[in-house]
Amino acid sequence: MIPYGKHRFPGKLFVVEGTDGSGKSTQLALLYQWLKAEGHPVFFSEWNSSPLVKDTTRRAKKRHLFTPTTFSLLHATDFADRTERDIIPPLKAGAIVLADRYIYTAFARDVARGCDRAWVRGLYRFAVKPTVAFFFRAPLDVAIDRIVSGRPELKYYEAGLDMDWTDDAEDSFKIFQGRILEEYDRMVGEFGLTVIDATGSIQRQQREMRRIVMEHLNAKETDA
Amino acid sequence: MTRELKFYGTPLPGVEHEPHNGKLIVIEGTDGVGRSTHTALLRGWLEARGHAVIDTGMTRSVLAGRGLKEAKTGTTLGRLTMQLYYATDFADRLENEMLPALRAGFVVLTDRYIYSAIARAIVRGIDARWIREIYGVALVPDLILYLRAAHAEELVSRVIASGRKLDYWESGMDLNLGEDFYDSFVKYQTRLLKEFDKMAGEYGFRVVDASRPIRRVAADLRRAVARVIEADETEKETAVGA
Repeated sequence: MIPYGKHRFPGKLFVVEGTDGSGKSTQLALLYQWLKAEGHPVFFSEWNSSPLVKDTTRRAKKRHLFTPTTFSLLHATDFADRTERDIIPPLKAGAIVLADRYIYTAFARDVARGCDRAWVRGLYRFAVKPTVAFFFRAPLDVAIDRIVSGRPELKYYEAGLDMDWTDDAEDSFKIFQGRILEEYDRMVGEFGLTVIDATGSIQRQQREMRRIVMEHLNAKETDA
Repeated sequence: MTRELKFYGTPLPGVEHEPHNGKLIVIEGTDGVGRSTHTALLRGWLEARGHAVIDTGMTRSVLAGRGLKEAKTGTTLGRLTMQLYYATDFADRLENEMLPALRAGFVVLTDRYIYSAIARAIVRGIDARWIREIYGVALVPDLILYLRAAHAEELVSRVIASGRKLDYWESGMDLNLGEDFYDSFVKYQTRLLKEFDKMAGEYGFRVVDASRPIRRVAADLRRAVARVIEADETEKETAVGA
């Protein structure tokens, strides 16, 4: 098992992170189209997408079976499958991998649910360190507005209702997202996340993202 | 005697640390050593003596049992993914079966615990520190009974004599150790035996020689269990008398 920061692959790994409603998936989709049009081999890997784990997660969410610890462990299982199957092989082959949410999502959410910070970080020690981890930072009220107005109903775990902070889904969601944002802010320095102001226009954010990605594609040395 | 919850490492979050008077008893050992037979015997014996018992074992969790079993039937289960799936299964049983039962004063008999999971991970080249830290959320048991077989050949004969076929994972076929299931089983289980021996001192296994007849092994197990349970009962009576 090669620990975080020690992998040496010819490929590049770019990940997007941020609270719900920060616009990160839109940005990643635009980046994907651009890289493909430029003729790069690009692979896309999404959070919660392991075929071995998907049914278990879906059922557990529906029947409210999770505790903070099992929520954390099952998501790590899902991520391990993605790492072993979708992330490492293309990186070894020299391709570009784009990941919508990465280990920092788990660090933020699991710690917001009360898991121990060091324990969760240790759990993901097998993860490949990204070439660049973009953190789309939106102020709390902006992110909350985007989600609450765009959805008929907040989901149980998404709103942090499992934590029993309050019975009101919207209030619970606000508390939860606030804690998550605090964790992200703490990780900017710890993991060297690249902060993108998610309140800027879509075009402006995308320009900045492409500029940074370009720098890394032109660089000969790799540390992904 | 009631006791505080004691964890190996980072405690489970969100768990109230109220004392309980249950007992957590682990039955460990490699495949084919007779764990399930002895778990059933112990359960019957404890119940006859008036103790409420629940038993649990790997891949039996409500949350992850089915998914894990399905994943094991396919050909795409990677090494890290497998360890974490087992850890999820374990944590679910710990939080939703073992802990509530301990709080209710039950004797919890568990067929395997974290030691099997750690041994299997290590023989697959997984970082020992990593897997141990993950299982730091495990409770320290009151008693760890380790059914020890001296040689893997003894295990394979038992499995075959019982009419069972050698299982892909029990034989470590994912590790490409031998030409066929028999060779692979022997090599894989030999490695596991070595890991268990290394853990015995560190974790304080109560080692029971499992090469002897069932009756003798069962008598040893009952004696060890009785000591753990009766130590408490004597204390309780003394406390009431005082």
